[in-house]
Amino acid sequence: MTLFLVRRLAGFAVTLLVAAAVIFFLLDLLPGNAARFILGMNASPEAVARLHAQLGLDAPAHERFFGWIGGMLSGDFGMSYTQNAPVAQLIAERLAVTLPLTVLAMVLSMAIGLPLGILAARRRGKPTDTGIMLLAQAGIAVPNFWFGMLLTLVFAVGLRWLPTGGFTPWNEDPAAAARGLILPGLALALPQASILARVMRTALIDVQGQDFIRTARAKGMTMGEAVWRHGVRNALLPVLTILGLQFAFLIAGTIIVENVFYLPGLGRLIFTAISERDLILVRGAVIVLIIGVTLTMLLVDLAYGLVDPRLSQGAGR
Amino acid sequence: MTHWRLHPSLWLGLGAGLFFALLALVSLVWTPFPIEEINIGRRFQGPGPVHWLGTDHLGRDMTSLIMAGTFTSFLVSALAVAIGAGIGVPLGLLAASWGGVPEWLVLRFSDFLFAFPAIIVAILITALFGPGAINAVLAIGIFNIPVFARVARGGALSFKTLDFIAAARLAGMGNGEIAFRHLLPNIMSLVIVQGTIQLSLGILAEAGLSYVGLGTQPPATSLGLMLRDAQGVFLIHPWLSVLPGLSIVAIVIALNLAGDGLRDAIDPRLRAESGTYGAA
Repeated sequence: MTLFLVRRLAGFAVTLLVAAAVIFFLLDLLPGNAARFILGMNASPEAVARLHAQLGLDAPAHERFFGWIGGMLSGDFGMSYTQNAPVAQLIAERLAVTLPLTVLAMVLSMAIGLPLGILAARRRGKPTDTGIMLLAQAGIAVPNFWFGMLLTLVFAVGLRWLPTGGFTPWNEDPAAAARGLILPGLALALPQASILARVMRTALIDVQGQDFIRTARAKGMTMGEAVWRHGVRNALLPVLTILGLQFAFLIAGTIIVENVFYLPGLGRLIFTAISERDLILVRGAVIVLIIGVTLTMLLVDLAYGLVDPRLSQGAGR
Repeated sequence: MTHWRLHPSLWLGLGAGLFFALLALVSLVWTPFPIEEINIGRRFQGPGPVHWLGTDHLGRDMTSLIMAGTFTSFLVSALAVAIGAGIGVPLGLLAASWGGVPEWLVLRFSDFLFAFPAIIVAILITALFGPGAINAVLAIGIFNIPVFARVARGGALSFKTLDFIAAARLAGMGNGEIAFRHLLPNIMSLVIVQGTIQLSLGILAEAGLSYVGLGTQPPATSLGLMLRDAQGVFLIHPWLSVLPGLSIVAIVIALNLAGDGLRDAIDPRLRAESGTYGAA
């Protein structure tokens, strides 16, 4: 188990380091003179020189790279020169919207998708199954941000139950803040729930044919009990893999859906940074996103090891 | 070949997919109105005899925009599939036939690429070079590479142990020759199925990227860009958002049905949950 843990953690660290190197190469080395790139062609030489010094561009590339990594390890992501604030602080403020939204979407998608998948598998071939699978087929095809627009039309404009967009900060009115996340959360959850329902159904149907279900039935359990006590737990393995992948895409989807609801999350920070050519801010936000994605994959790997001890005892992959 | 007839969803999917593809191709030579023809006087018209699907906020003809937008969406997604398959399949074959260090490297490389969802790549490219449809192609294409590498490797591994490969080796063929002359033709059906699925995911991803301004730029149009244009007015004129959105849903469902149907028709054993990788 220790070896498994060490290997996974090492893999995580290497992935992050390589990703950081790629980002550094793209955003720091490729533009040539970053200060001129940022200020544009018409900037005065003095302004360029000032920014050049401010960005610490006089130091050689490897020093800047390791300086950046070292800074991040101690929580210093650099200064945003368009917003005149530490990048870490800007990102932390935005994560207060993006992170709860992502987690809410994840919870909603599981709460919707898994029971529907189980139901479809139990009613395999019946109208219920067909209906759920048709819904899932449609759900997968719906762009989440467009679904968000439709939800706004129905629940915010038509029924007036929820706000059309915008966000009240948590410390002002937590209830209003949470209400502002419901529609975007649902918009993000729908495609994920469809995928989860399909995977759960397939996994459960596979498991139902296994010997241990037959043994449980022979011991006197009803099919429902056997599936619930033994089947679902085994079927969760493939579901877990998909969940890990899906969380990564949820983070990406959040960036897009924030736009529909005018939420002040990480996505809007990034788009502003791009249009203002704030490469330091883009760099910080992108590495935070990649940390999120990689960390999720690591957690799924570790959870996999816990759920299925065969994996952590063997040589891994 | 009789089992091909048993898949109505395959035919439905292929039929609908081809219909949209045809619509897209026709837009190259003919649209009811030129897509860049702006006429503020006739904006926000509902569907009618002149403008079949109405007009948008600039008075452009929606039918023409949908046709041209479908073309861009298909094109971006198809190019991304070409990049993904063009790089991913050789990598997967390399991993399967050589094994050892090359295989390890390919697997780590594809794990690594999975940490870069298309939107992150698009953000990086756009920060450097500004927005454009090429960004979307590259971003989605890069994301497709590991997907195809895994499919190709998995498929190739299952054929590698068969007798005809051993026979080829006895005949003196090297790894590369075996990979491309024997393994590649055998995994082609898998690659085509995955290609159909990635094509549909690519259309969704293109829509997302264009919607946030990282993809297709005006005066060109795509289904995602139409949704971006409609964003400001969608509470008052929902039709402008509903129409391109429904087109995306229809195309994606068609391609998914075709992909699932192809997979079942080619090899019923593969009825599994593959292809559930998102792309945006």
